[in-house]
Amino acid sequence: MTKRALLIALLVIILAPFASAQAKTPGLIAITNARIIPVVGGEIPKGTIIIKDGVIAAIGADVAVPPGAEVFDATGLRAYPGMIDGYSSLGLVEVSGVAATVDSRETGRVNPQARALEAVRYDSMHIPIARSNGITAAVVAPSGGLISGVSCLLRLDGWTNRAMAVKAAAAMHIELPGLRGARGGFGGMGRGGAQVRADGPTLLAELKELFNAARAYEKRRDAAAKNRLLALPEYNQTYECLLPLLKGEMPAMISVHSERDIRAAIAFVRDEKLKAVFYGVEQGFKAADEISKAGIPVVLGSLYDLPPVWEDGYDALFRNPGLLAKAGVKIAFSSSSASAAKDLPYHAAKAAAFGLDKTEALKAVTINTAEIFGVERTLGSLEKGKAANIVLADNDILELRTNIKRVYIDGREADLSNRYTELLEKFKRR
Amino acid sequence: MKKPLLSCLLGFVLLAAAALPASADGGDILIKNGTILTVTKGVIVKGDVLVMGGLIKQIGENISAPAGVRVVDATGRFVLPGIIDSHTHIALAGTNEGSEAITPEADVGTVINADDTSILTALSGGVTMVHTMHGSANPIGGPNVVLKTKWGRPSEELVVKEALPTLKFALGENVKQSGRTVQPGQIQRYPATRMGANAIIRREFLKAKNYMEQWDRYNKAAAAKNPPKNLVPPRQDLRMEVLAEVLRGNMVARCHSYQATETLEFMELAKELGFKIACFEHIWEGYKIADELAAAGIGISVFADSWAYKMEAAEGIAYNAGYCAKRGVLVSINSDSGERIRRLFNDAAKTMKYGGLSEEEALNLITINPAIQLGVDRIVGSLEVGKQGDIAIFNEHPMSAYTRCDMTIIEGDVYFDREAALKDREEAAKKAAAPRDKGGVS
Repeated sequence: MTKRALLIALLVIILAPFASAQAKTPGLIAITNARIIPVVGGEIPKGTIIIKDGVIAAIGADVAVPPGAEVFDATGLRAYPGMIDGYSSLGLVEVSGVAATVDSRETGRVNPQARALEAVRYDSMHIPIARSNGITAAVVAPSGGLISGVSCLLRLDGWTNRAMAVKAAAAMHIELPGLRGARGGFGGMGRGGAQVRADGPTLLAELKELFNAARAYEKRRDAAAKNRLLALPEYNQTYECLLPLLKGEMPAMISVHSERDIRAAIAFVRDEKLKAVFYGVEQGFKAADEISKAGIPVVLGSLYDLPPVWEDGYDALFRNPGLLAKAGVKIAFSSSSASAAKDLPYHAAKAAAFGLDKTEALKAVTINTAEIFGVERTLGSLEKGKAANIVLADNDILELRTNIKRVYIDGREADLSNRYTELLEKFKRR
Repeated sequence: MKKPLLSCLLGFVLLAAAALPASADGGDILIKNGTILTVTKGVIVKGDVLVMGGLIKQIGENISAPAGVRVVDATGRFVLPGIIDSHTHIALAGTNEGSEAITPEADVGTVINADDTSILTALSGGVTMVHTMHGSANPIGGPNVVLKTKWGRPSEELVVKEALPTLKFALGENVKQSGRTVQPGQIQRYPATRMGANAIIRREFLKAKNYMEQWDRYNKAAAAKNPPKNLVPPRQDLRMEVLAEVLRGNMVARCHSYQATETLEFMELAKELGFKIACFEHIWEGYKIADELAAAGIGISVFADSWAYKMEAAEGIAYNAGYCAKRGVLVSINSDSGERIRRLFNDAAKTMKYGGLSEEEALNLITINPAIQLGVDRIVGSLEVGKQGDIAIFNEHPMSAYTRCDMTIIEGDVYFDREAALKDREEAAKKAAAPRDKGGVS
């Protein structure tokens, strides 16, 4: 080979990638030959999804690849919408046993001023692990006390907490007492026939008083704003922060567990004219028709727990979602965790093993969750015009053995490396 | 404790009644037309398993039932060996004698609680055998015990006498008591560091060697033709007696460890002092020292992915089990929990995604591997003729997320039957809904 020929060859090799990159339109991506499970709308056995500027521009079996698109051939893969975790502590809890790394639980009982978004650690080690399992958005919730604070809904990709916020304020969290006896922790002893410990209705009565006080405060405040002769009430952060909830601008997410408390909470929501979502709802199957009639959606707690009372049956938590869905309740699953957020799909599969329809199980980690939190116009399904949150998997997305091959969040290919893979690679090299 | 027990009995009364096996010395049962996952001898796509007198008598096709033997139709279902949990604390009336650092005399085998409903929970997830252990509050805990989950049988019938005698050791944060706030007036228990934990274990074994020699000398002197007149036996020490058994090789160590360093150092101690380690528990940093573990022939019993609950678990990656298995370490997946115990099969399946194990390798982690770790692989852990008839039947492949345990059998007796439980539940609901008799005395 002459020197000149060598030089040309070298130039071709060096410039080739640039040449092809220049021909491409940034933000224009075509995923071709995928088996598309859009969740809303029928399955497409072999189709194309076009992403343009972060949004699904076209989807279907006969969609042409536009010129300039970066093409990903997804032959053998299934395309799903990114999953949404209905309740997590992602970014609020790193190492649960080390208090310095826990920001989920404020002291005191009434904390409507606490906002998860303002504390969320956006580079938490748990977020990339969840993301690499196909979870692209999550509700991040504070916990503890009677009013725990305000959750946010995050997309699981971004360089700051604010950049990740889909909804800065997703819901105001209210917690009614749990059912004693659940969760088989270390030892596995001292459980069994449990009883409802604290009194839900009493707490609801306390909330009613608090809400009335907040409404009275608002009245005085607004009256004083109009009339300078009236005394201005002293600023009260608790009341101020409750007002969006009381005006219906923000839903209440009520942790409620026992049948009695569920019934009491339904009445409470009706009387207080709240927008509400129930969370936990372990004995929901005992009041499924009432929940359905009230039109209150349910985010289930972790299914990795024992039945709150043995009389409910060993499989109570597993069959509960199916029975709720059958009664017409809109359900969504949650990891209720940070370190196990990646397990979201397996809660849905577990419920499917105990009677929940498989299609419904998939909805309950995608579109249902989006609808419950009012983000269904952008999230929860693969439809034209929605955010391009797309998961490419080599099998059923709810299956344990399925590998997630590629994830797009708002049209950007997400980094699937994480703490697991980084440590594994490091020690593989030894 | 009375009330919880009563209400759980109410909840499970019919199941419990159904579970009480007719035969104390092993039942007879024929399972027909299932996919048989033998674990050690491959898969029979449409096969039968015959258990007679508690032992597997025949595995194959078209086995006909001897007269009077119950036949279970497993068409479309999966038949596998009963699941074994290599590390739990269920069915005990006490777990941790943590008041002192060294308590090898505190034997969990003396506090077996056969009424613990965790046994039912375990059965509902196909678990037929558990290694139920002393806790990890101190460097040297107590002896552990292996049980079958024979709900309704007296505690002595649960004990698996063939199992390897094991003694619990523990290292790291639990032993250091780093999660505990020392109250005013209290002193921090020794050891408070990993240095101290290692040193105290070494001290106790050296004391045990000394103790053994004292007895050797005494026994020799006592056996002599003319024993010395003033011969006094050494004082008996129940702690030293247990450690002596470990040094003699009649007991093996099961050691709770998380970090790589403390684990390697415990292996050094074992070499230095001459005792055998059967298995490390939890060992979240196992993947960092997989080659050392494999070379030493020490097994590990771990979670699939429950991690980041304390500092020493913050590098616990889900690849740990699968990676170590691929590097030649004998791995089992444990529950350490009265809840997780019913979904060990889900946890095992995770090693296919994280670690690339095959279906068969993943299933080994909860069947034959824990059986080997407990020294009972000659009698359980796989479906083979001559082994005990401990069997679980699942509606779908046990490594699928959609699977469910339908029946659990121990030595040919049915201890969990989902269909029967559902029927009982239905009838109980009907009864509860029916109007009560007026004035009658029942």
